[in-house]
Amino acid sequence: MESKLNLDEKMIQEARQAAKAIADDVQYFIDEHTTVTVERTVTRLLGIDGVDEMDTPLPNVVLDNIKQGGGLGKGAAFWIGNAMVELKKSPQEIAEAVSRGELDLTKTPINDEKDIQRTIDEVAAVTVGTIQQNRERRDHDMKNIGDGEKPYLYVIVATGNIYEDAMQAKSAARQGADIIAVIRSTAQSLLDYVPYGPTTEGFGGTYATQENFRIMREALDEVGAEVGKYIHLCNYCSGLCMPEIAAMGALERLDVMLNDALYGILFRDINMQRTLVDQYFSRIINGFAGIMINTGEDNYLTTADAVEEAHTVLASQFINEQFAKKAGLPEEQMGLGHAFEMRPDLKNGFLWELGQAQMAREIFPRAPLKYMPPTKFKTGDIFKGHIQDAMFNLISIWTNQGVQLLGMMTEAIHTPHIQDRALAIENAKYIFNNCRDLGSEITFKEDGIIQSRAKDVLSNAHDLLIEIQRNGIFKTIEEGKFGGVKRMRTGGKGLDGVTKKDSGYYNPFVDLMLQGGA
Amino acid sequence: MALEKVDLTKVKPYGDTLNDGMVQMSFTLPVSADEEAKEAARRLGMKMGLEDPSVVSMKAMGPGFSFFVVYGRCAASIDYTAIEVPKVDVETMSKKEVEAYIEGKIKRDITIIGACTGSDAHTVGIDAIMNMKGFDGHYGLERYKGIEAVNMGSQVPNEELVAKAIELKADAILVSQVVTQKDVHVPNLTELIELLEAEGLREKMVVVCGGPRINHELAKELGYDAGFGTGSYAEDVASFVVDEIVKRKLV
Repeated sequence: MESKLNLDEKMIQEARQAAKAIADDVQYFIDEHTTVTVERTVTRLLGIDGVDEMDTPLPNVVLDNIKQGGGLGKGAAFWIGNAMVELKKSPQEIAEAVSRGELDLTKTPINDEKDIQRTIDEVAAVTVGTIQQNRERRDHDMKNIGDGEKPYLYVIVATGNIYEDAMQAKSAARQGADIIAVIRSTAQSLLDYVPYGPTTEGFGGTYATQENFRIMREALDEVGAEVGKYIHLCNYCSGLCMPEIAAMGALERLDVMLNDALYGILFRDINMQRTLVDQYFSRIINGFAGIMINTGEDNYLTTADAVEEAHTVLASQFINEQFAKKAGLPEEQMGLGHAFEMRPDLKNGFLWELGQAQMAREIFPRAPLKYMPPTKFKTGDIFKGHIQDAMFNLISIWTNQGVQLLGMMTEAIHTPHIQDRALAIENAKYIFNNCRDLGSEITFKEDGIIQSRAKDVLSNAHDLLIEIQRNGIFKTIEEGKFGGVKRMRTGGKGLDGVTKKDSGYYNPFVDLMLQGGA
Repeated sequence: MALEKVDLTKVKPYGDTLNDGMVQMSFTLPVSADEEAKEAARRLGMKMGLEDPSVVSMKAMGPGFSFFVVYGRCAASIDYTAIEVPKVDVETMSKKEVEAYIEGKIKRDITIIGACTGSDAHTVGIDAIMNMKGFDGHYGLERYKGIEAVNMGSQVPNEELVAKAIELKADAILVSQVVTQKDVHVPNLTELIELLEAEGLREKMVVVCGGPRINHELAKELGYDAGFGTGSYAEDVASFVVDEIVKRKLV
């Protein structure tokens, strides 16, 4: 791609190198640890599902049993595999036996490690095959039914009732949406289990459950066939059950997942050790399943100033890129986040936003960048809000963003009504079509406002990354460098679910998925 | 011809002529866009009390839904002179004045806890009031000398907020509700007051709520000391809180 900004290539390389060193540093920590949700994910991938009579999900029942027996460090696959060898039962039967109190996994006689691994590998290969098939089905449908033109139009549904959501999602797809995100029920990110079954009540959103995923997938496949394009389904692979949601999404063919440890640390006060370990496995799953991840840098600008702190967004994108690479995610699946959040009365603010959006495009040329709409300075004046969204849409088509999270003129009033979504889609479609090739027609003035803005942001991000490399990511977060939010290494939720791996730890899915399948 | 004077006892919407009553509205009907739907929208306008409702735009939103823009003349009018809206009845001091007031009249640092409670994940409001940087050039409470400001962030359960208030011996609690669904902010705000009353804390603290859908009247109704709507800044809230502390002898 021809640069419109004359960005300093050497500076980009140095920034990327620093980000790599930062990620390497954390990876040592990640590799030595596992968590309860990572292991619950393993049980799900081994086919364990359902709930006990108290509505506790069986993956939690199994993990509680292993944790109580002090066996977490060896991993769930080891204990389940061991029980399979010993009892000649399926993982689901074993989980049910545990839930009935008939089986104590860590007290089961220990079998030969090779037998355990061989037994587990056979089950793992089946699941990995299913996920591979889902991926092929998506590729096939996108090619044969069709796929929306980028930037994808991304809208949310959030009624609390999955059936109502499905209806609204279909309506949005018919109006032109490419991606439907089902906003999760409030505070689900802080639950240390995944609810089960179809749900019809939620607050500010709908619970992410595997059955809800399936219901929505079916609805979108149906409407996709009707409108002649594949409709992408998005959910939230974040919070305390990050990798479990990734596994559920991989099994039910979701296409896009919000997936960002930094977001959880800063904005949901999830413990940083916990969520960085969780993120690694969830990204491996997302990478293998062909799911595009979305990162949450845009949120920094809802708490910090969009002009002064723009470089923290870029710095975080560099780091997220490296974390994603380590988990085998190709650039084409990295929906790095950024946002249009400057104060609307800022003189030449549009030029600055344009410079930054183009900068992100040039620094991450293959990533389907996720561009977030104005929210912070939406006031309830819906007429002005609609114009703010139009300005945002113009930049997106101009700079070729990947995923356009559509702004709602009723932002700051309520979760979108059906016409809010329709008007937002209409706004974007009008501008995208009317300005489709604007980007390839226009160059920027040398050292003008747009170029200078991009250079400044890059230079500040570069310096910040060098500093983080020196101090480490944990200390950087403790100092409140991102979003102005300070979080402690041992603070936040979920730390008690982190443990050091023992010798003999086994998780077949990491290698299987990193190697691209069975 | 002189302009007609507004009769404040009979105020109605203004389009381009006094008392023309012009209003615009938009809504969706759960029926497909056709002539019958358009007529339905017009009749709905009439039932709402509009004279000469005119459906200026109808758009299909997929099968089964249609979107309308309707203009009409509002027949109702309001006696503006009879309206009394309860307002926060404290003169807003500047940041410096608030700081001096605390030093002079309270003579100790005060603790203010802020949170966006319940299901609400939107911290824009509480951040604007609490955070160092503030909003639109108005510094937040964290920057005030004499105020220990603690922002608990979003989706804070009421129980946690109360526990924090006890732990820090808070002088005031600020609750923000920005985006709420199906009016969930009302029971949520009520619950906090009930919890505080159960703990015997309600009278010992200044309790204030804010957000785009909150006004002083609603706040008072729900048992709060004050409510702040859109366009309020840290100094408005701070002035009220310090004044209330002194007034209620919570010094």
